[in-house]
Amino acid sequence: MSDQDTILNDVTQSEYKYGFVSAIESETIPKGLNEGVIRLISAKKNEPDWMLEFRLTAYRNWLKMKMPEWAHLKIPEINYQDIIYYAAPKQQAKYESLDQVDPELLETFNKLGIPLDEQKMLSGVAVDAVMDSVSVKTTFRDTLAEKGIIFCSFSEAVQEHPDLVREYMGSVVPPTDNYFAALNSAVFSDGSFCYIPKGVRCPMELSTYFRINAANTGQFERTLLVADDDSYVSYLEGCTAPMRDENQLHAAIVEIVAKTNAQVKYSTVQNWYPGDKNGKGGIYNFVTKRGLCQGKGSKISWSQVETGSAITWKYPSTILLGDNSVSEFYSVAVTNHHQQADTGTKMIHIGKNTKSTIVSKGISAGQSNNSYRGLVKISKRAEGARNFSQCDSLLLGDKCGAHTFPYIECENNSAILEHEATTSKIGEDQIFYCNQRGISTEDAIGMIVNGYAKQVLNTLPMEFAVEAQKLLQISLEGSVG
Amino acid sequence: MSESIDSNTMKYKLINLYQQNRASILEGLPENMNRYRDAAIRDFDRMGIPEKGEEKYKYTDLMWAFGKTYGYAFKAHTINVDSSTLFQCAVPDLDTHTLILENGWFYERNNEHAALPKEIVACSIREASVTHAELFAKHYNQQAQEHPESVSVFNTAFAQDGMFLYIPDGFVMGKPIQIINLLRGNNPLLVNQRNLIVAGKNSQAKVIVCDHTLSHQNFLSNTVTEVFVDEQAVFDYYNIQNQHNQSSQVASLYIYQKKGSNTLTNTLTLHGGFVRNNVFVKLAEEHAEAHVYGLSLIDGKQHVDNYTFIDHAVPNCLSNEMYKNILDDDATGAFNGRILVRKDAQKTRAYQSNKNICLTPTARFFTKPQLEIYADDVKCSHGATVGQINEEAQFYLQSRGIGGREARMMLMYAFAYEVIRNIRVPVLVERYGELVERRLRGELSRCEGCFVHCN
Repeated sequence: MSDQDTILNDVTQSEYKYGFVSAIESETIPKGLNEGVIRLISAKKNEPDWMLEFRLTAYRNWLKMKMPEWAHLKIPEINYQDIIYYAAPKQQAKYESLDQVDPELLETFNKLGIPLDEQKMLSGVAVDAVMDSVSVKTTFRDTLAEKGIIFCSFSEAVQEHPDLVREYMGSVVPPTDNYFAALNSAVFSDGSFCYIPKGVRCPMELSTYFRINAANTGQFERTLLVADDDSYVSYLEGCTAPMRDENQLHAAIVEIVAKTNAQVKYSTVQNWYPGDKNGKGGIYNFVTKRGLCQGKGSKISWSQVETGSAITWKYPSTILLGDNSVSEFYSVAVTNHHQQADTGTKMIHIGKNTKSTIVSKGISAGQSNNSYRGLVKISKRAEGARNFSQCDSLLLGDKCGAHTFPYIECENNSAILEHEATTSKIGEDQIFYCNQRGISTEDAIGMIVNGYAKQVLNTLPMEFAVEAQKLLQISLEGSVG
Repeated sequence: MSESIDSNTMKYKLINLYQQNRASILEGLPENMNRYRDAAIRDFDRMGIPEKGEEKYKYTDLMWAFGKTYGYAFKAHTINVDSSTLFQCAVPDLDTHTLILENGWFYERNNEHAALPKEIVACSIREASVTHAELFAKHYNQQAQEHPESVSVFNTAFAQDGMFLYIPDGFVMGKPIQIINLLRGNNPLLVNQRNLIVAGKNSQAKVIVCDHTLSHQNFLSNTVTEVFVDEQAVFDYYNIQNQHNQSSQVASLYIYQKKGSNTLTNTLTLHGGFVRNNVFVKLAEEHAEAHVYGLSLIDGKQHVDNYTFIDHAVPNCLSNEMYKNILDDDATGAFNGRILVRKDAQKTRAYQSNKNICLTPTARFFTKPQLEIYADDVKCSHGATVGQINEEAQFYLQSRGIGGREARMMLMYAFAYEVIRNIRVPVLVERYGELVERRLRGELSRCEGCFVHCN
């Protein structure tokens, strides 16, 4: 046991390796939130009137809303007037080639291992990098444009494809949806926009990398992904932030629309700064992610590896509207030190013969609390709906907590719903078995954790699976073989 | 009073009712029962009647039960039937000591017929508050206070009578004790019944509680039962709920378990328009075991909601929960099972399973298992399913010459039997089985042998 304790202690020693600050000058607006600030953000981005109206309506709604309290989280009070709602790397000109990009910025992304560099063409990933809420660089745009795929920053999309943005923005996550969605809708500064035309199979993985760099700022980005009939896209999202003593707020919205027979795969590796060993600092990650399987036979699959953030409040959900539509949710959530996570999914079955699968694996260590919260709703006309949910929790240490709050609402008797959950620690017998075969305790824990998370890691695209494994390694240092 | 009354108005009506009748409620009762009332009504004022959508009442609208017009009796009525002929249970060998309560009041001639062993104290809670003042004061309202629920503080404020049962240390009951709760009246009635059961060290007892209605008025019975189970005691609590389909029942059961004790609770809901069962089990000392089972077979527009909260406060305890529901017609059901494993409650084993069958497209079921775990060396699991009768199994039976209806019946019975078989009184397993089978066939209008014509 003492060996195991040592290893678990090592876990609590691990440091956040993305915690550097880049010396990039950024342009910020004063702290605080009011209509003036929203008008200023809108003006800075040179937005059309309908966009400003959208923001202001959202803001007025937000004022009437209360911060939700139902999550199994202890959230210190957030002073919304003490946040800078807009920060952008100063050099705002459009980049034609990498040479014009601020070398500090490039260095930042190199440190993060992001293939922003065109030389990394071979890696075949188109990247939209968002730093402090502003999209810095989108790669491979021309290659994608040949196929008719639009992949650009949200601001550009507002200027260049206003009709598409107007049609879909807010259609899946309305600005009145919840407190943080309303806040985001009011102040979002940038994000990614992606449109896959009919019948197109996106030839490469699309990726957005988010980074908070400036101090005292909140990051509020929006992602809108529309997959037209018979199209396919795999989308990756990653995020990091510097180490700071204060808490920073990240409230994002992701909207996905999948039309007839379209398939969208959305993968996230979330690694915001989780705070230090004593729970100081870290990002509050309050994200609303929702997909709409609008057309028949459409499919949305969510994969997420959550290792960062001081507090995570996130439920990637799918509305299965089209008949025969399918959705999957695979998640590994790791919490350590004083991190708190309340995460899960919602599967709302409306169309006939819709199917959903939920696999959630929680790992808690240190003094963290990790909750799975999920809803499976079978509405009255969802004939023949099928759901399978599994949520397992693994406890490493006796000071952490693992919780599950699944909600199942069934209004149609032809539905078949299954839910199972287990909570346990790594069995001493399992470790003994490995020891007995000459595998050290450290490696044994690594093997077991890896095996435990494998079902989810296997669903990630290659690019990410490698990174996700590395992350697990750092988050539970020394335990992954 | 209209049916569309809101919960806030109703709350003030009930608080007014308390204030106007405070003297009648307190009358003849000692301080050790009355002292909780004023604080309880203040709590009730603060908490109100929970609205649908609140986390604990997400799928249940208490106003269905509370939003009706009821009368309230602050004094007991004398029962004008000969109780010796009341309950002759027709299932062979189910031999029990029978005690009757009408509209929440203890029937004074009970002891003439119950033939209880002299060691057992079975009396009204009014009487116990005086005659067994020390025991009463030690346990009364202790557990209900720990989980301040709106319905239980409401009960604490109003309750005037109920059942008190004490099984002394080391006493092993041969026969089960059957408590029959009857509701009868010419007018709609709201009843707050309060029970307290104390099982001494090393004692063993089984209690069967039958809830019935004798007339077709709207009833709302809001019962709180506190059970204290001392070291190494074995205690079984079976509740058969069979009230008519216009009645409402809110039953809160609190169980506190000492070292090495073992309890089994089983709630069988056969009829009842609106049923909400709250079961709170606190495993307060090591090596305690709790088995919590429930089965409901509902149709029409019935609504049954089972809420359970198992609190693993110390290491080395075991809890095992299984709730099953069969829903027909437009019935709605809900299950919310919360398991809390506190910090350092190592070696806890907590299992929970909730399985449901919806027979019609209009039947609806909502389930919300909930595990909160703060210790690492534990084995906890929960499972929940909602589905229909397996067509392949039905086909298999039909292919062997069993009629379609009969095959369905067999499968439903088998589904329900998983709960029934855990009953620790062999004859009661049979009796339950029979009740369930007749209920499934739609034949059940009353429990066999009972003079009550419930439906």
